[in-house]
Amino acid sequence: MNTVADTARPAIGRGFRLQWEAAQNAHVLLYPEGMVKLNASAGEILRRCDGVRTVTEIVADLEKAFGKTGLASDVNAFMLMAVGKGWLEIAA
Amino acid sequence: MSTPTTKPGPPLWLLLELTYRCPLHCVFCYNPVEFARTEAELDTAEWIRVIREARSLGAVQLGLSGGEPMLRDDLEEITAEAHRLGYYTNLITSGVGLTEARVGALKAAGLDHIQLSFQDSTRELNDFLSHTRTFELKERVAQLIKAHGYPMVLNCVLHRLNIDHIEAIIEMADRLGAEYLELANTQYYSWAHVNRDHLLPSKAQLEAAEKTVNAWRERSGGRMRIFFVVPDYYETRPKRCMNGWGSTFMAITPDGTALPCHTAKMLPGLPFPNVRSTSLREIWFDSEGFNRFRGTGWMKEPCASCDEREKDFGGCHCQAYLLANDPYMADPVCSKSPHHHVVTEATARAQTPSAVPEKPLIYRGPKESLLLSRGNDG
Repeated sequence: MNTVADTARPAIGRGFRLQWEAAQNAHVLLYPEGMVKLNASAGEILRRCDGVRTVTEIVADLEKAFGKTGLASDVNAFMLMAVGKGWLEIAA
Repeated sequence: MSTPTTKPGPPLWLLLELTYRCPLHCVFCYNPVEFARTEAELDTAEWIRVIREARSLGAVQLGLSGGEPMLRDDLEEITAEAHRLGYYTNLITSGVGLTEARVGALKAAGLDHIQLSFQDSTRELNDFLSHTRTFELKERVAQLIKAHGYPMVLNCVLHRLNIDHIEAIIEMADRLGAEYLELANTQYYSWAHVNRDHLLPSKAQLEAAEKTVNAWRERSGGRMRIFFVVPDYYETRPKRCMNGWGSTFMAITPDGTALPCHTAKMLPGLPFPNVRSTSLREIWFDSEGFNRFRGTGWMKEPCASCDEREKDFGGCHCQAYLLANDPYMADPVCSKSPHHHVVTEATARAQTPSAVPEKPLIYRGPKESLLLSRGNDG
């Protein structure tokens, strides 16, 4: 796999939990005995990955929220990496 | 002076040792040798206060351990509150007492993760090493864990007496559907330190085990992730113990003593506060016990001028105390330590296959605990 399909509906991977941590002023991904502190853009992408919205819808929402265009390839590259790490799952 | 120059971050990882009671009698247990002299366990309300205070300091990972945590009948209540507070909750269990009903109740309470420990893959050795008949039970529990939708995470502590069975251990874990298998060699503290000469594997055993692990990783195409950890006695640089003293981790013992590592209570002359009388905020930021080894200001030579001092922070203070009789010394695992010979002498003894240690193997138990800690009565 070298891209995530536009019609895919990514969700947070099994065993991972995404939450906002005020003490760290960041979104974090929690998993067994570990934690990833996310940068702002990673947090904004992952918190939209609810298994309902498609990649296209997520990109559109991000572009609207941040007043930008042309985010699709960056978002896709991040999602691909996140799927590789198990942070995201694409339902069959 | 032990005041750190920079304010530490949050205690991200909180470990509750809910009880020292345990149906097993493992010869490598890291619980203190004198555990039977510990005072009364915290009650439910006290544990819940502890997790609330720690969460407000920024703790996110919660370990529920022991002893055997299933022996606390308020485990579900503590778990439910932890889940509500936003912890990622990890149960670390031998599986004894983890019935269908309790797995279901823990799942309903929001438990995120279960780590099941095995001593070995063969029932005979498993039962010999844990001094009880638990192997079939663990097999059943492993199936229960999977049936409730948890990832199957197995932990098997390796040592001289079981490391040659590593292939069978891996195959068993795979048959049980394990997604993760942790094969960590014993760390030589507490009971494992008492029994060290029985447990330290030879270099040849370690190399053979590592070869088996690598071959299996290649064959299996990654359906089960294996973590293999060699004993630090075979290293020449110490581990970055607890990611740095008082940097990330806080353990609470059954009687409410707060520690910067599982075994720190053994260190002489270092007072550790109790959650019954001190708030977690005060413990984490202001206590002598947590501040003593923060940063690098406490170091003596060879650590003080070492260019790796920020990398490993001098290693483990408990190991320095156990092997060099001084927690301020470099961890003797380090080849720069003037006490490194203590480690190499122990590993040298381990190379003789037929060597019979002078002292008998001692099982962890209340009676043995009282006997071994008799000298500590004062």
